[in-house]
Amino acid sequence: MEIPRHWRLRKQRYGLVGEVCPHCDAKLFPPRDVCPECGQEAKTLYNFSGRGEVYSYTTVYEAPAGFEEVAPYTVALIKLQEGPLVTAQLTDTNGEQVEIGTPVEMVTRRLRSDGDERGLLVYGYKFRPILQQLISPT
Amino acid sequence: MTEVVIAGIGQTAVGEHWDISIRELALRSIELAQADAGGLQPQAVYVANMLSTPLSQQAHLGALIADFAGLNGVEAATIEAAGASGGAALRVGYLAVASGQVGVALVVGVEKFTDQVGSTVDAALSTSGDSDFEAVQGLTPTAQAALLMRRYLHEFAVPRQAFGGFPLVAHANGASNPRAMFQKAISLDLYARAGMVSDPLNMFDVAPLADGSAALLLTRPELLPPGFPHALVRLAGSSLVTDTLALHDRPDPLTFHAARLSVERACRAAGIQPAQLDLFELFDAYSIYTALSLEAAGLAQRGQGWQLAQDGQLNLNGALPVATFGGLKARGNPGGATGVYQAVEAVLQLRHQAGANQVPGARWAMVQALGGPASSVATHILERRD
Repeated sequence: MEIPRHWRLRKQRYGLVGEVCPHCDAKLFPPRDVCPECGQEAKTLYNFSGRGEVYSYTTVYEAPAGFEEVAPYTVALIKLQEGPLVTAQLTDTNGEQVEIGTPVEMVTRRLRSDGDERGLLVYGYKFRPILQQLISPT
Repeated sequence: MTEVVIAGIGQTAVGEHWDISIRELALRSIELAQADAGGLQPQAVYVANMLSTPLSQQAHLGALIADFAGLNGVEAATIEAAGASGGAALRVGYLAVASGQVGVALVVGVEKFTDQVGSTVDAALSTSGDSDFEAVQGLTPTAQAALLMRRYLHEFAVPRQAFGGFPLVAHANGASNPRAMFQKAISLDLYARAGMVSDPLNMFDVAPLADGSAALLLTRPELLPPGFPHALVRLAGSSLVTDTLALHDRPDPLTFHAARLSVERACRAAGIQPAQLDLFELFDAYSIYTALSLEAAGLAQRGQGWQLAQDGQLNLNGALPVATFGGLKARGNPGGATGVYQAVEAVLQLRHQAGANQVPGARWAMVQALGGPASSVATHILERRD
């Protein structure tokens, strides 16, 4: 069931809460407590904007257990505006072609289900394309 | 430091071994290695395995396999470093013998994928990535490789078909390896028409997972049995290096940083440069990994590893033969056993017992096993001692 594992990650899954290094100002997601840039302690929470762009992407057809229902799905590396990369599924693409560089924003969606009617439903962040007219209104 | 030699080698065919269990599979390669080494008895057993717990419902392979091989009472444990498990176990065996604590060490790699099928196997494989931040998004090892390949094609403006050169070499070499899973050469045309697995990876960019077992006996030269019949092969360099599990935690995902460090450390210990190698058993689980491994080893510039496969340099008679018995792509990828297979094949080359797959006059070989996208990298340099 893994309830504690998903519960303790709720700030990351629902709010994209990472950390900022108080020594060198590096923004960290996922949180890792020791700054990889300067090696010092970095436990200050930091709320990411949830905006970024596609760094790379692919489609998974042979899904692992727990993901069969949503297959095929697109999984991507997203370059967040604040710097870090994050691994996430893309959603709400409405059949439009995603490309490297496509602007995206975080949304909350169901990530996986453990099957039977008593199984756990795991929710968390996915990313969807930002409509062009919202970025640069003309 | 005490000199460590590889005194015995054994390997089973790679494929679907429905009829035997994981312990029987391991025993087959152990018996072959012991016979090859003139009956050397190990005092320690290091079992390389990646996924026996989820796939065979069996943990604790060290004691299980030691007992099943008639070695009850010896030191034994499992060594796990995802796809690098075989290389990591060789590293542990090397340290045990080099330290003088163990006279003869048995390194046996074994993996059994075929007791499970489909999404169960994919879920088990995904545990080698970051469970909390990668696997929970449905990312698989194959999807990781696809993300890297798409970014590589984008950043370096590489023609998509250029990657076909790597599986072409592997399949050409696998055609004359009786233990290979696929013993048939392929054409560039077949590569171009292959079905997509996880775009841009097609079927020939992905090595097949299969059952297999391989074994090595390590010892000091003075402990070899009288009349030892083979040319001596020593472990001249040994290195195990780590990097982040997750691609998203790396400043530059297109650099296999741990592979670069591992090659540097192993080559420094052996006192050679990568350009002096006679062959390189690299980890071609995905064709993009071949390119990134060649670049990390300093054998190609960043973004240009794919070019080495274009002009025959990686063929058996080329400047730097790779995957000389088919590599992971054609021999097959038996998970935690793969790193041990690589070393067995390098020993065959350096003993000049490789038959139709022989690299002429081979003296120096490098073997490298990757766990995940080079999150663990074990590199060994082997030298023929004349």
